[in-house]
Amino acid sequence: MTDDLSRFIRPGRVHRQIYTDPAIFELELQRIFGVAWIYVGHESQVKNPGDYFRTFIGRKPVVLVRDAEGQVCVIHNQCAHRGSLVVANDRGNTSEFQCCYHGWTYHLDGRLKAVPLQHGYPQDFDPGSPKTAMVPVTRVKSYRGFVFASEAADGPSLADFLGHMTTSLDDMIDRAPDGEVEVAGGVFKHAYDGNWKLYLENLCDAAHPLFTHRSSIDAAQQQSDEAYSNGSGEIAIRQMRQNGAPYSFWESQVGIWTYPNGHSYLGDYHDDAKLVAALKDPLFRDYIAALEKKKGKAETRRLLEVRRWNSNVYPNLSFMSQFQQLRVVHPIAVNRTVVHTYNFRLKGAPEQMFRNTISFANIVNGTGSLVLTDDLEIYNRIGMGLASEGAEWIEIGRGLESDVPDAHHGKRGRNSTSEIYIRNMLDAWVGYMTAEPSAAGREGLGGEIRAAS
Amino acid sequence: MAKKPKRAQKTAVVRQRRRLPARSGGARIPAPRVLDLLRCEQFLLHEARLLDDGKFDDWLALFTPDAWYWVPSEPNQADPFETVSLIYDDRRLLETRVRRLASPRMYSQEPRSRTSRMIGNITIEGPDGNASIVRSKFTVIEYRREQQRLFGGTALHRLVQADGGIMIAWKRVDLVNCDAPLDGITVPF
Repeated sequence: MTDDLSRFIRPGRVHRQIYTDPAIFELELQRIFGVAWIYVGHESQVKNPGDYFRTFIGRKPVVLVRDAEGQVCVIHNQCAHRGSLVVANDRGNTSEFQCCYHGWTYHLDGRLKAVPLQHGYPQDFDPGSPKTAMVPVTRVKSYRGFVFASEAADGPSLADFLGHMTTSLDDMIDRAPDGEVEVAGGVFKHAYDGNWKLYLENLCDAAHPLFTHRSSIDAAQQQSDEAYSNGSGEIAIRQMRQNGAPYSFWESQVGIWTYPNGHSYLGDYHDDAKLVAALKDPLFRDYIAALEKKKGKAETRRLLEVRRWNSNVYPNLSFMSQFQQLRVVHPIAVNRTVVHTYNFRLKGAPEQMFRNTISFANIVNGTGSLVLTDDLEIYNRIGMGLASEGAEWIEIGRGLESDVPDAHHGKRGRNSTSEIYIRNMLDAWVGYMTAEPSAAGREGLGGEIRAAS
Repeated sequence: MAKKPKRAQKTAVVRQRRRLPARSGGARIPAPRVLDLLRCEQFLLHEARLLDDGKFDDWLALFTPDAWYWVPSEPNQADPFETVSLIYDDRRLLETRVRRLASPRMYSQEPRSRTSRMIGNITIEGPDGNASIVRSKFTVIEYRREQQRLFGGTALHRLVQADGGIMIAWKRVDLVNCDAPLDGITVPF
């Protein structure tokens, strides 16, 4: 079954089994989430020494932590003694980590600090061994504050892995007049009964809003602007109306770009005038003034003309630089996924900008949103529908014959309705799933077995 | 045992009679507030029933023209502006939400949920001008497509007296599991 996984992908088609087979899911955790650069968190979530944030790489619990020297570390959230989870709180600040089972204590970077009853262990017990630790994830690297980790000892550098997608991260950061962003405003955790791959496969899908989001488009288009709004409803309703843009809009103005390793972004969507009163809005004028003061007029103009909607960094990250949203995909089971979504504050921007970000998050990422709930329904229905063997092969061919090469080793759709970004992700999937296990890969596999036994 | 209902009945009558004199001063304070509690309870039960019956337009009509409806994403969330919310609707968005609930193309409600609500532990947290802040506990059982979910938590209503009766100036719903991974929320609490 798993001998030649490339047979599940054909030009313009993918076999349903890769979304439903538990054995393939387990292999994905090893060969994709156990190897690729996985987004872990942002440095602003651990501002001070001792700050920590508990999360997962695939299904493995890890801790993002800033150590005593100010270094950002990612360590496995597991005691070297009996394997217990050490850090139980979602976030906090501490001077050390202590296991609540037998009191093994660790430095913030994961090194073992103290073992009660140490005299009782065999002579070859070495508390200084790198394996007797909350083991650091093999490679940890930040791109301008965005922290990624990889369990593969070798493989592409983070810069090579991200490639041209660094420009999307740059757009996220450079929109801050002070050149820095920080995570703020809480988190949504939304869940669905479907495969993890479906999530990123929807986020650059320009052809679904007119159908999937019909109820919120209609409701928003019929909504009177006379009804009272404190501002939070205004931005939400504008976005819902925007979802009703006709095919001609998606097929002319909007574009889809894809890059090696499965990454993609939907671009040239909104200009900043469409959502808030924006360009003519006093708030936005203040924002532009703040940008121009720090970056100059030309650079400000260049920045605001970057109009990227969702940027996807395969396999677990999607963000929207224009409205400071970021989602992290957590695979739970072959048919269960949880997505955590965050917001970023643009340092140096007027405070009201962040309030708009929050209002926007509530409607595009909110668990009770009028929009996102219909996306979750789609993932659930795909999960249920794929149980059928009626159609073995899923059609992902739209645009196959009209896609064009792009700079930066990329390919783009002739327009945004091309399904090129799904094909591009599945090409990366085949690459990961059929790669010869390197020494590092085997080590990763060994880790899996150790964790499971 | 036989005496109990009789006593309760009598008390209710006394409360009714005392309502106005109590306000004009001198009388023992609890009388009007207890009466308010009764009316508040009736109002909350009425609201819950509208939601269970899917009469969302009627539910919307309970809200004042500048009302807001809030389901925080964090325990003890300070405000809906600096932190995301499971739902934070000002009046305009609440109207849109309710209109969408009536749409046959709201796929996340195809099939529809059925809900059953229980409300209790009702207290009046204090008069607030001509309004009352009413605190209650609730459970909502939601059934949809072979899955049943249980929600519970605390609701705060700011209830105002209006010509047509009691109206909701704002409503805050704190779910016990507000920060858990949650499948989509489509039916209001």
